[in-house]
Amino acid sequence: MNAPVYRLQDVSKEYNGRTVLQVGSLDIYPGGIFALVGPSGAGKSTLLRLLNFLEPPTRGSLFFKGVRFDQDRTPPLDLRRQVTTVFQRPLLLNRSVKANVSYGLHLRGQNHARDRTVAALERVRLADLADQQARTLSGGEAQRVALARALVLQPEVLLLDEPTANLDPYNVGLIEEIITDLHAVQGTTIVLVTHNVFQARRLAQRVALILDGRIVEIAPVEQFFESPRDPRTAAFVRGEMVY
Amino acid sequence: MGSAFSEIVLLSLQVSGLALFFATLVGIPLGVLMGLRRFAGRRLVVALLYTGMGFPPVVIGLFVYLLLSRSGPFGALNSPFVPDLFTPGAMVVAQSIISFPLVAGFTMAAVMGVDPALRQQVRALGADRWQIALMVLSEARVGVIISVIAGFGSIISEVGAVMLVGGNIEHRTRVLTTAIVLETRKGNFELALALGFVLLGLSFIANLAMLRLQGRSLEE
Repeated sequence: MNAPVYRLQDVSKEYNGRTVLQVGSLDIYPGGIFALVGPSGAGKSTLLRLLNFLEPPTRGSLFFKGVRFDQDRTPPLDLRRQVTTVFQRPLLLNRSVKANVSYGLHLRGQNHARDRTVAALERVRLADLADQQARTLSGGEAQRVALARALVLQPEVLLLDEPTANLDPYNVGLIEEIITDLHAVQGTTIVLVTHNVFQARRLAQRVALILDGRIVEIAPVEQFFESPRDPRTAAFVRGEMVY
Repeated sequence: MGSAFSEIVLLSLQVSGLALFFATLVGIPLGVLMGLRRFAGRRLVVALLYTGMGFPPVVIGLFVYLLLSRSGPFGALNSPFVPDLFTPGAMVVAQSIISFPLVAGFTMAAVMGVDPALRQQVRALGADRWQIALMVLSEARVGVIISVIAGFGSIISEVGAVMLVGGNIEHRTRVLTTAIVLETRKGNFELALALGFVLLGLSFIANLAMLRLQGRSLEE
């Protein structure tokens, strides 16, 4: 197996003295779709923020391609820029759709990559809305722009935080298709946070269950759903309450 | 008469324009900093800023007068960077101080109105600290422009400070507001009115621009 993209060692995250995440060890391998499932408030989004270097862990270390990230050390900008997140809320800038999609390229000084912007918009089937103001979009369209804004950067790691929550089936289908495609064609490493176990089953190769800030079980998708080792995983995939 | 008239209008615009330039130069970065950062003493600075927004210009004029006068702490320095009293430079100093709390205060409010989650999103897209600050400023652009216009409105129509530190000297420090005071006292009501209408026109244009921008921001 390849060297892991991420390696977490005794990572914990506290807010105001309350521990919300505690991970003994976790490796995330390149090129796969790794799903984090669990009830809301379990610490999934916190873990994702650590993986995007948005917040440092309170204790422990996180290695990204062998570079350490902890309380005192933030990875250099060029390394940070290999990872991006699509959040549950699209959070677009008050500009045109086109300007939103090319924003990340501008941050990197790539001002002449119009073709990539157009290609990303075509991929999310919004090329005809390129000149429209982002604030006029529907929820599903806005989320697709947020996805295009990440795709255009061709990140090595794409983090998805409940990207299809509150969307209609058409938009969910479209976004899932793009994620699958991204994995198959470009080999992007994808970490997907979802409370929807069916989505995890449809998309991921590896799945982890997080409860109360701790990883209960990590397994290949088949095993996770067919023969989970932990009774709480079994309960969760059956749709029972596991609090 | 015509040239004296335009001379007064021009000096008003020069003094208030330059003061606005300095107020913006200091006020916008300060407003962004105050809106984005939490630091020790921030509440005190905010309180001072809000006080400054409503501070009587004539009192600012008095302070600047005392500071710049020959026996004052800055006047005594004889530095080429410190303007003498009764010069346009002294008027620019006073008006800069009057308008910068308005620019900083309104900019801060506009910046605080930008969703903090947007900062995290933009950071996730690869922005560094400066790029994040620039993004916030751009998202708050309507409010920031309003802050500049409010700053201009506060000084173009101000009379107390320019009268004190400028002295209303003909051909040197006479601006619209001080000229109106003088001409009214002399009984030259026609001229005073004419100057008054020019001043009203300038204020009106500034307010019109502000209303238009506010209207746009409400539509958005």
